[in-house]
Amino acid sequence: MSYIIDRRLNAKKKSTVNRQRFLRRYKQHIKRAVEEAIHDRSISNIEQGGEVTIPRRDISEPVFHHGSGGKNTRIYPGNKEFVTGDEFQRPESQGGGGSGQGKASNQGEGEDNFTFTISQEEFLDFMFEDLELPYLVRKQLKDATSFETRRAGYSTSGSPEKLHIVRSLRAAHARRIALGGEERKEIRALRKELWAMEALPAGEASREEMQALRERIADLDKKAKRLPFIDDFDLRYNNLVRVPVPSSKAVMFCVMDVSGSMTQTIKDIAKRFFILLYLFLERNYKQIELVFVRHHTHAKEVDEQEFFYSRETGGTIVSSALQLTADIIDQRYSPADWNIYIAQASDGDNWDGDSAACSELLMKRILKKVQYYAYVEITTGPHQNLWYEYEHVQQAFPDEFAMQHIVDASEIYPVFRKLFEKRTEGAA
Amino acid sequence: MSAVKERTPISTSSEWTFDLIEEYDREIGRVAKNFGLDTYPNQIEVITSEQMMDAYASIGMPLNYSHWSFGKQFVETEQNYKRGRMGLAYEIVINSNPCIAYLMEENTITMQALVIAHACYGHNSFFKGNYLFRTWTDASAIIDYLLFAKNYISECEQRYGVDEVEQLLDSCHALMNYGVNRYKRPRPLTAAEEKERQMAREEYIQRHLNDLWNTIPKKEISPEEAVIRYPKEPEENLLYFIEKNAPLLEPWQREIIRIVRKVAQYFYPQKQTQVMNEGWATFWHYTLLHQLYDEGLVTDGFMMEFLHSHSSVIYQPPFDSPYFSGINPYTLGFNMMSDIRRICENPTDEDREWFPDIAGSNWIETLDHAMRNYKDESFIMQFLSPKLMRELRLFAILDDAERPTLRVDAIHDEMGYRQLREELSAQYNLGNREPNIQVYNVNVRGDRSLTLRHYMHNRQPLGDSTDEVLKHVHRLWGFNVTLESVTPDNEVLKSYHCPPRESLELA
Repeated sequence: MSYIIDRRLNAKKKSTVNRQRFLRRYKQHIKRAVEEAIHDRSISNIEQGGEVTIPRRDISEPVFHHGSGGKNTRIYPGNKEFVTGDEFQRPESQGGGGSGQGKASNQGEGEDNFTFTISQEEFLDFMFEDLELPYLVRKQLKDATSFETRRAGYSTSGSPEKLHIVRSLRAAHARRIALGGEERKEIRALRKELWAMEALPAGEASREEMQALRERIADLDKKAKRLPFIDDFDLRYNNLVRVPVPSSKAVMFCVMDVSGSMTQTIKDIAKRFFILLYLFLERNYKQIELVFVRHHTHAKEVDEQEFFYSRETGGTIVSSALQLTADIIDQRYSPADWNIYIAQASDGDNWDGDSAACSELLMKRILKKVQYYAYVEITTGPHQNLWYEYEHVQQAFPDEFAMQHIVDASEIYPVFRKLFEKRTEGAA
Repeated sequence: MSAVKERTPISTSSEWTFDLIEEYDREIGRVAKNFGLDTYPNQIEVITSEQMMDAYASIGMPLNYSHWSFGKQFVETEQNYKRGRMGLAYEIVINSNPCIAYLMEENTITMQALVIAHACYGHNSFFKGNYLFRTWTDASAIIDYLLFAKNYISECEQRYGVDEVEQLLDSCHALMNYGVNRYKRPRPLTAAEEKERQMAREEYIQRHLNDLWNTIPKKEISPEEAVIRYPKEPEENLLYFIEKNAPLLEPWQREIIRIVRKVAQYFYPQKQTQVMNEGWATFWHYTLLHQLYDEGLVTDGFMMEFLHSHSSVIYQPPFDSPYFSGINPYTLGFNMMSDIRRICENPTDEDREWFPDIAGSNWIETLDHAMRNYKDESFIMQFLSPKLMRELRLFAILDDAERPTLRVDAIHDEMGYRQLREELSAQYNLGNREPNIQVYNVNVRGDRSLTLRHYMHNRQPLGDSTDEVLKHVHRLWGFNVTLESVTPDNEVLKSYHCPPRESLELA
């Protein structure tokens, strides 16, 4: 007798747990591979899985086995010309021998390397590991505007539709046990006495006594039954509380200088930085909006394509962009509903008289409303007045404002990590 | 046999349906019964390739506890499969009652029929009949036991932490091959039996009391021999010994060691009967499907496809081929099984000389007897015929580290048959393949250090991972561990220590 079962619809991914265990164990290796991949790849296709290679000897599971040496006879098939007694030199590689160590292979994957692919999700997890959004927790609780009702145990008061019947009856039962205890104890004792008497031969006196006992028992019974089956204070209600839910919406402002001094290389570097920030935010918020603000002497809100690729020339007035950003925040993104992140990239050029205006705008209109403001300066030359002005801003708002200096593309990721690395928060 | 009526084939296309699988199973089952195959009930499960990889990763079992090494296995299989470097097996069959067989949905109906014949009737009857499986595995309990193991281990992970459990399992896995009993332990005596025996002994002594014996001078015992070791007799089941005797283990750790031990024991017969098991299953799928063909139940096209995959399964690349990776157990097993049938049905003079007891006997009974009572080692020793050695063109190479060259020790000729057979049989002896390591002594009155002994076979030393494994032994035992490689005349050639000992050789 055979049973035939279709298992194809059964749960898939049975090995997920084991796979996770494996990744967890070789975290160090995978992290290294991810970091290398970030260096090698262009950022635009960074959002894919990656190949991870681990040296075989690091993941081997050792067992006792025979080493080479000693006397060994093996049987082989397919004899062509040998006769008994033939002797010949040992071949270079021991046929079928154990997997030796470190035959360096010049191809991508040798016998001695263990290569596998991790998914995009896992790749990003490893990429952003140890990074955290600055002061996320503090902000979430303070600024939460939406609420969610959650169950929170039971209460003794509430509206009838929230009545919890099982709990109420349980409380009633408990009350009846507690209040009727004395009576029932006495009834039990009297009954015992009664039975003992009934067992003895009946005399006149004892019959009277038994009668008295029976009456007493009936009395007590009645009293116990008078306890109400359910009472007002037995009632229990489901207790629901309103809990603030942190906003899961974020808006990210990309602010970039597109004046004549910004070359395409600098723009590329800036773009990579923006993409990294976007990917990172994506892992923390359900919904993200992007706002692109570019500026030379005037600021303009544009779409992505125009932001990165259209060519402009002209002077530089940074405050125009900040002004526009602040206006957009006021009009569309109320800080009560949105987590606001601003990333500004520039080569540090600014019209001399403008830098003071920038810092004033930042301090007065912007920094109080945003979660985090990251400024990256991409330049090989010396810092100009904007950098020094911003240094004052940073001192005033060390939590919200961060600035870093990038010289070439390879520095983007380290700088990004530096901006978002986990900090142990002091008393603020 | 009665004249076979021409019947219409069961199927003509290559698509499979559940109805067709059922019908093939019914027909194959009927034919198998006629050949006297005794099987557990079958549970045939159709699965996807992904589920097949899952099954691969949990050593072929439908469920298993979680461990990173299974994840590694899965990742590797997945990677190789996705790149087309390897195909997946057509089936996996589990020694359980009912016997679970997995069929892949990608297979054609021919492959499904082949797999049913191979796994559900071939392997299945082997699991039920072979003495090793009967002695060491309990087919009806294994699934329940694995379920218990999985739950127990995940509970331990919650209570003591994933890392703690993982380390323990790592150590146990390193010693898994040394966690099996090779011989049945005698049942412990009950108190009554013990007493009875003691009385009998006393009476015997009383009856044979003879003072003359006391006059014989006592043999001098050297102080070295006088030291009583613990355990008194060397113990080959290292995990068992550790589970029962390691001083510092918690009860849950002992239970986990026990689980690994039980799983190892369950797989122990499979390691010893690979050639026979595969040979038996291959022989029967070949025989059963040919029977269906003779009865007109399958088409010529079906047979062509079947024979194509059958012959690729039993292909043996010669030793100098780049595809050579040892002797193919399917080839050897299938050829030996077929050869036994040939010896029974059409013996030559040579067969009569080599196999006087089976030449000309009933082949079904002879094969059944062989399947039930042998393992690879003894099966080859008993049944490998000169004709087959000639066909496979076997030859033996002696590799002696003390000699500069390799030597051809025997080939498939009159002088070499017996030696070839012995050597090939020895090659399948588990005792020769794995180093023989046993618990020799525990310093119970001193530092509790554990001494293991490696009894060398043909002067073969231990491999390079020995120190790593010893670290695992140390983790389980909790005190110093020493491993000594000993020659047959009890001379210690080399010793390993964990933690490594400062070199004392200068002193």
